[in-house]
Amino acid sequence: MLRAAAIAVSLLLTFSAYAQDFEAHLIIREHKFEPAELTVPAGKKIKLLVENQDTTPEEFESNELNREKIVVGKGTITVLLGPLDAGRYPFFGDFHQETAQGVLVVR
Amino acid sequence: MLGTGLLVFREVLEAALIVSIVFAATRGVPGRGRWVGGGIVAGVVGAIVVALFASSIAAAVSGMGQELFNASILLAAVAMIGWHAIWMASHGKELATQMKSVGSAVQSGSRPLSALLIVVAIAVLREGSEAVLFLYGQAASGAGAGEIVGGIALGVVGGVAVGFLLYFGLLGIPMRYFFSATNWLMLLLAAGLASQAARFLIQADILPSLGNRIWDSSAILSDHSYIGQALHTLIGYDARPAGMQLLFYIVTAIAIAIGMRLWGQVGRPVPRPGIPA
Repeated sequence: MLRAAAIAVSLLLTFSAYAQDFEAHLIIREHKFEPAELTVPAGKKIKLLVENQDTTPEEFESNELNREKIVVGKGTITVLLGPLDAGRYPFFGDFHQETAQGVLVVR
Repeated sequence: MLGTGLLVFREVLEAALIVSIVFAATRGVPGRGRWVGGGIVAGVVGAIVVALFASSIAAAVSGMGQELFNASILLAAVAMIGWHAIWMASHGKELATQMKSVGSAVQSGSRPLSALLIVVAIAVLREGSEAVLFLYGQAASGAGAGEIVGGIALGVVGGVAVGFLLYFGLLGIPMRYFFSATNWLMLLLAAGLASQAARFLIQADILPSLGNRIWDSSAILSDHSYIGQALHTLIGYDARPAGMQLLFYIVTAIAIAIGMRLWGQVGRPVPRPGIPA
């Protein structure tokens, strides 16, 4: 009961906190990011959903964004970003760096 | 095989550097091999368990479970190093004198070696779970057994070799300064781990960043270069630190330094049966 209430509260908090923020989607397929270039608005909090359609794990990583997060095969992660200044922020898949390269364009 | 080996090497390197510092800091303590070895074994087992439950951990706490898990174990390691560093400050001089007179017959007394076992286990667990997930992915996408085993061997041998280099380098420090040197290294290690914990708490949006990047030294020394990565592990180097990371770094360093100073001056001798004073 207490647990259910806690979950409800945390869901509500999460929802209200991000309701006005920008949500963006990124897909990992065959160790590549789609789209490889993703545009998001500057000065807003961003909720980036990264969906891994491969069966193998990947690590979403970006030195410029200071983020690193594992996404298991067939899994989806939420990466919270920003507010960011305008610019180009490269990111990559740490486990498949030859192919998994992308850029977040903030404008 | 080289690609697999390089990724495994990067993960093993970080853990090996931490293990080397811990091993140097416990110089002369009987049974330290068992403690450090136990930490490594616990870390490897933990890494496999964490990799197995990666998707449940990620889904927990509204999708921020990975960040909270990482931040928690990093802060636990910081606490363990802090406890040990302060304990050493109050007993270090005595240890150094005894080592000069009676060689390696130094008793550990009430020394918190279990704290260091936890630090080693956490270091191995964190880097190891990433390596396990990566290797699982390689195996699932059809890499041969030779490729994977060869890659692991290459990475582990390389990483451990660098760890040994650091260890024997540290042994070159004269005995009078040895324990204060390893103690300062542990302090910087703890501060760096605290900064990493802050990064995960910012990532989970639990703490404000207090400035996304206070400076950007990536053009001089990138986080992704081997030296940048080694310094990242050893002293918490970050090419683009957030304000909150710096705050965690400085507060941790000052707190441990004050603790070492406060208890270091007390330095009451502990009677040691069997060893003449």
